[in-house]
Amino acid sequence: MKHLLSVEELTADQLASLLDLTDHMVEISGRPVPKVPALRGRTVASVFFEDSTRTRLSFETAAKRLSADTLTFNVGTSSVNKGESLRDTIETLSAMGVDAFVVRHKSSGVPHMITEWTDASVINAGDGWHQHPTQALLDCHTVTRSFGSGNDLSGRTVAIVGDVKHSRVARSNIRAFAMLGAEVVIVAPRTLLPPEIIEWPVRVVDALDDVIDDIDVLYLLRMQRERMDAALVPSLGEYSARFGLTPQRARRLKGDALVLHPGPMNRGVEILVDPVDLPGSRILEQVRAGVSARMSVLYTVLSGGSVPPMGGAE
Amino acid sequence: MAVERRAEVLSTTDVGRALTRVAHEIVERNSGVAGLVLVGMQRGGVWIAEEIARCIASFESQAEVPVGSIDVSMYRDDIALRPVVPAAVTDIPVDITGNTVVLVDDVLFTGRTVRAALDALLDHGRPRAVQLAVLVDRGHRELPIRPDFVGKNIPTHLSDEVDASTAGVYVISTSIGNEMRKKEVS
Repeated sequence: MKHLLSVEELTADQLASLLDLTDHMVEISGRPVPKVPALRGRTVASVFFEDSTRTRLSFETAAKRLSADTLTFNVGTSSVNKGESLRDTIETLSAMGVDAFVVRHKSSGVPHMITEWTDASVINAGDGWHQHPTQALLDCHTVTRSFGSGNDLSGRTVAIVGDVKHSRVARSNIRAFAMLGAEVVIVAPRTLLPPEIIEWPVRVVDALDDVIDDIDVLYLLRMQRERMDAALVPSLGEYSARFGLTPQRARRLKGDALVLHPGPMNRGVEILVDPVDLPGSRILEQVRAGVSARMSVLYTVLSGGSVPPMGGAE
Repeated sequence: MAVERRAEVLSTTDVGRALTRVAHEIVERNSGVAGLVLVGMQRGGVWIAEEIARCIASFESQAEVPVGSIDVSMYRDDIALRPVVPAAVTDIPVDITGNTVVLVDDVLFTGRTVRAALDALLDHGRPRAVQLAVLVDRGHRELPIRPDFVGKNIPTHLSDEVDASTAGVYVISTSIGNEMRKKEVS
């Protein structure tokens, strides 16, 4: 695998092997010296055209644990402000000897475009409303390992709640959870559903109360306050009443149900209970799994064999 | 066309006998089992490490030698030259600092895996000493590494493959390999 641009491009086998490799990275991350020489001499550049502290730091930590060198391209202080084009920026960095670009951009498809301008690997760290594949990977790892069922989620129901229309996390996660065999239920106001939802392998309901008693995983999306201004929801209070995780709804969850959130949380909007009071909360595990999942992706794209195996294996 | 030839060099009984002898040699060299840790290299070395521990337990009363396993993929020198995918998770159950670690593998060949294992091991602590036990030494070393305990020395051709398991040790050679051998001789 040369690039990771979208969950759609992954085969079920590739998804499973990324999840298995993540187990290794979890073990490495738990050592007294959480560092291996695997990617020594490789350079990973984070190019974030949109703010994200946690994803960028997670990728950089992952690269460092694999002994890669890291470069951070800070858009705020760069020549982008002098009018340099995206393509020139990428070509300039490539000329410095970058082996992998970790890219976040507000426009869908930018990571894909970048693959045409460089020989380096490209990892999508979030593009517009399109995809956020490493988030899906860390979420699938968190969920499957919590249930202890290998890479199989058949028989499990995952409810994804909130603004699906503007969410790259939802697009990546729906596909990934479905690939592992889970039934995916979307819980959202009609105004926050994308038109293409009819083609997705999901069931749609319009109130959290309809499914809260039966689901195995509750995945809360971040409710972006700016959607309010666009009059897509009447008020945040109304959204919470219908779609928020309230203490009453938390009590109705099944005993082993998990609660996930990609962060940053809007307390009082999509989540109205303190996650520390939720036995099923996996929100901190998600952050922990994030570094290991990104190690798995970096290792996979940068270690791809270019020469067939030589002689007998020892 | 390549014709595969599979020759048995050690039977199941021979494997058991060789490992029993290696177990005795390990105990003798270390004057007992105090401070000894067996670490099998994933994957081929793990069952051998367990087998050696079982042998030691059978003749040394109250001798529980801890057994761990180590995956060296992330330490290999051929990452990106060929696909290197970890075989299994590393699990070293005791602190190896100050102890004598016996690294265990099935087949010793170029020595590159052992080199990687030494680096991997040192990330888990600082052993007092590291020794190397292998079921088969097939030659063709590419690094200055030698085993301390050998079940059986088997001369092989570079292109041969060696298959070692509880079912015995087999050398698999192909006719293509034999042609290469002829060329080298002439």
